[in-house]
Amino acid sequence: MTRTESFVLGLRSVMPLLLGVAPFGVIYGVVALQSGIPPLVAMAMSSIVFAGSAQFLLAQLVGAGAPLLLTAGAVGLVNLRHALYSASVAPMLAHLPRRWKILLAYLLTDEAYAAAIPHLIAVKPNSSQSALAHWILFGSGFGLWAGWQLATLAGVLIGTQLPSNLGLDFALPLTFIAIVVPMIASRALLAAAVTAGAVAVALAAMPYKVGLFIAALAGLVVGAALTRKAKK
Amino acid sequence: MNLWWLMLVCGVITFGIRYSFIAAEGHYQPPTWFRRLLPFVPIAALTALTAPELLLVQGEIMFDGGNPRLWAGLVAIIVAALWRNTLLTIGSGFLALFVLQRI
Repeated sequence: MTRTESFVLGLRSVMPLLLGVAPFGVIYGVVALQSGIPPLVAMAMSSIVFAGSAQFLLAQLVGAGAPLLLTAGAVGLVNLRHALYSASVAPMLAHLPRRWKILLAYLLTDEAYAAAIPHLIAVKPNSSQSALAHWILFGSGFGLWAGWQLATLAGVLIGTQLPSNLGLDFALPLTFIAIVVPMIASRALLAAAVTAGAVAVALAAMPYKVGLFIAALAGLVVGAALTRKAKK
Repeated sequence: MNLWWLMLVCGVITFGIRYSFIAAEGHYQPPTWFRRLLPFVPIAALTALTAPELLLVQGEIMFDGGNPRLWAGLVAIIVAALWRNTLLTIGSGFLALFVLQRI
């Protein structure tokens, strides 16, 4: 695969997720304006913070007049799971210059990671492919970034006249299913999925999506524990 | 409170979380158990994101006909397991949702 082919593969893989993300971007734009955030700031937030659920939270907390420390702490908690993605892709990006690492870290959202990871895993370490694999992540990251900016802009410009729920957001869980299910190739992986899903549902009421992070951790631990047992 | 400052702080925090392990790679020696967790990150994290979307309706677990997204999701899971095709999975899920919402 060439550089361009890798980039296009990432870009293509993120498209179905964009279908689900775009309505959220539009709604974010509307919610931000309703919270008294000026249009320019609402737009800038989409490129400076660039994290869907954190931006919603930010808009709400700003609207409620919450103090800076609390708001920043809440945003940190909501985005905590991204540290897992960081750990997951870190070995594959180790050979890159710092400017690439910074760029890809900035673009490392749920969707960009989800779209790229099956392709990244398929690349053999230290092969000729692995030298260009980061272009896949760049493709998915850039695609999501551009779509998010456009959706936010649409929300800020056209606002409330949009039909509120077309059901397009269902594209997100469906695409995640399309990504995750084919990856479940062992009992340990299945156990990790079931654990993470069950804990996430059980802890869904926890504030700032902390339950999601704990659920993912629980899945990792159960999966790793089972592989260890199987090897003994 | 200055909105720009708040935004900048939140941007730095978000970037810091995403950059953390990518930046540290090569500068520390993670314990072996840590490396063993990593293959499970995609499946654990993405299932944690997905399961509540399918099972919860306004924060309550719903297993019946009042929750078409659950059944449409199950259709998508079966299609994904059988054909391993992204567009087919998404299409079948949307089609199932469309049909279930109308019966």
